[in-house]
Amino acid sequence: MGEILHSVKLDIDKCIGCTDCIKRCPTEAIRVRNGKAHIMDERCIDCGMCIRVCRNHAKKAVTEPLDKINDYAYKVAIPAPTLYTQFRNIVNPNIVLTALKKLGFDEVFEVAKAAEIITAESKRLLDDKNMPKPVISSACPAIVRLIQIRFPSLIPNILPIISPKEAMARYAKEYLMGIGIKKEDIGVFFISPCAAKVTNSKQPQVIEESYVDGVISLKEIYLKLVPVIKTIDQPERLQMSNSEGIGWAHTGGEGNASGIENHIAVDGIENVIKILEKVENGKLDDVDFIECLACVGGCLGGPLAVENAFVSSNRMDKIKKFNKNNLYKRDIPLFDHPIDMYWTKPLKTKQVLKLDDDMEKAIEKLEHLEEIYNQLPKIDCGSCGAPTCRALAEDIVCENAHIEDCVFMLREKVRDMAEQMVTLSQKMPPSISKDS
Amino acid sequence: MKLHFDVEGGEFITAGIASSKVKKTLKQLGISPNIIRKVSISMYEAEINMVIHANGGIIDVEITPENIDIQLVDDGPGIENLDLAMQVGYSTASKEAREMGFGAGMGLPNMKRHSDDMTITTEVGKGTKVHLAFKIHE
Ligand code: SF4
Ligand code: SF4
Repeated sequence: MGEILHSVKLDIDKCIGCTDCIKRCPTEAIRVRNGKAHIMDERCIDCGMCIRVCRNHAKKAVTEPLDKINDYAYKVAIPAPTLYTQFRNIVNPNIVLTALKKLGFDEVFEVAKAAEIITAESKRLLDDKNMPKPVISSACPAIVRLIQIRFPSLIPNILPIISPKEAMARYAKEYLMGIGIKKEDIGVFFISPCAAKVTNSKQPQVIEESYVDGVISLKEIYLKLVPVIKTIDQPERLQMSNSEGIGWAHTGGEGNASGIENHIAVDGIENVIKILEKVENGKLDDVDFIECLACVGGCLGGPLAVENAFVSSNRMDKIKKFNKNNLYKRDIPLFDHPIDMYWTKPLKTKQVLKLDDDMEKAIEKLEHLEEIYNQLPKIDCGSCGAPTCRALAEDIVCENAHIEDCVFMLREKVRDMAEQMVTLSQKMPPSISKDS
Repeated sequence: MKLHFDVEGGEFITAGIASSKVKKTLKQLGISPNIIRKVSISMYEAEINMVIHANGGIIDVEITPENIDIQLVDDGPGIENLDLAMQVGYSTASKEAREMGFGAGMGLPNMKRHSDDMTITTEVGKGTKVHLAFKIHE
């Protein structure tokens, strides 16, 4: 695979090198060098944590502008269910879906509906009992990448099923081609609260090619939707999903939808890491299913969402309640064409933490690393531009940093030099020495 | 390369620190995921045993390009009947430990199953030594 395309990028002009982001990146993928942050591509999992913590807004997710839809004659929006929760006092998804059409889309199909179909498929797979327990959901691409680089021994536990957005893009294209629209005319746009889903639409790892033609950030479309939503009195009948699919946006939603009782739902990348450590230690093989989401609150807390995740969660409850009694649903033969719902390529291990390909050299480096680490002050202040003293030691053995990058070591060196200079200055040349 | 850890007894919450560090080391050496998993499971069990039954101890790990050797030494109460302790489901863990989900009697059998070689020497009233060995190339 060539260069990794990431959605999360740094705006160099806005970065002041404050080191806030390096501390919170779960994979230690960021370093500050020459006063600017740098993301190490092979380690970044696009979790968006750095977007959230940067007070200078120097980290952003690169998405498509809304205008991009005009590249296609037939424009399709596939919104993530998180979108419904962003508007105050709106509980009817039809209103949001109608507003999307007014923005210029010819068709809208909900990702939530595909989530329901995926749920049914994963239930079948879980009942099959052929997978190692606990089965881990593949819905959050940031987690899939995390497992790939930090917990590779758990790759066989990941549910090898495509994501709801990918499934919906496939259904949409198959259906529209079926009613006579040319493939090249159809542009499918995912409305996303998630940076990792931008990356995995552009560069999918487990399928040949994504059916998603572009990803528009929820933030961007939100601003355009607000005035339009206000004008809608009579929404069109566009909704197909019910509470189960919509609930996927929230932590626990996937597990609840599938009715798997013996399951764990965990959100927030630090919490997920703790749970995956337990799985790796063989301590959770009595659990059937684990749903791990990188963002607190699940996708409701996605880095491209507008509303606070806890507020969204309150709205989600109201939307679900509304949906229980809402029979105003659309019925079209969108799902008559079966699609392939399985991964077609294996997820490969990425040993990005490896110090050297040659084990003997790696051991040498690791021993050297320990020596360096023992000299460092172990206070993890971040002034050197690395998140921890250990990470600095790693960078030094990999020849990406110097021990003097540590302000304490630098100071010690300066003091030694000063002492040497004093000693030297006391040694007068014999020609002028008073004693001689 | 050698790693050394002092393990505190009774600390259920922080138990597992040594195995976590060893895991990270193995990842940095590029050791295959399958072996990392085997080491994780057995070393974590051994470390937990040390915490629950033996009031802590010391762990020494040696990694060469061919092998991973882990020695766990404690001066706890020792194991009275080793054959019995090796049986699945047999446990002498305290009520408190069991309530916390430890001591299901899987510890030793699990360690044996996941390591390439396991030897235990134990003496009642003196302590227990566990040696776990793994081959790096399967
Ligand atoms: S997106 Fe996440 S993994 Fe990537 S650099 Fe930011 S915090 Fe680190
Ligand atoms: S929780 Fe949802 S929004 Fe957050 S990274 Fe995972 S998939 Fe994306």
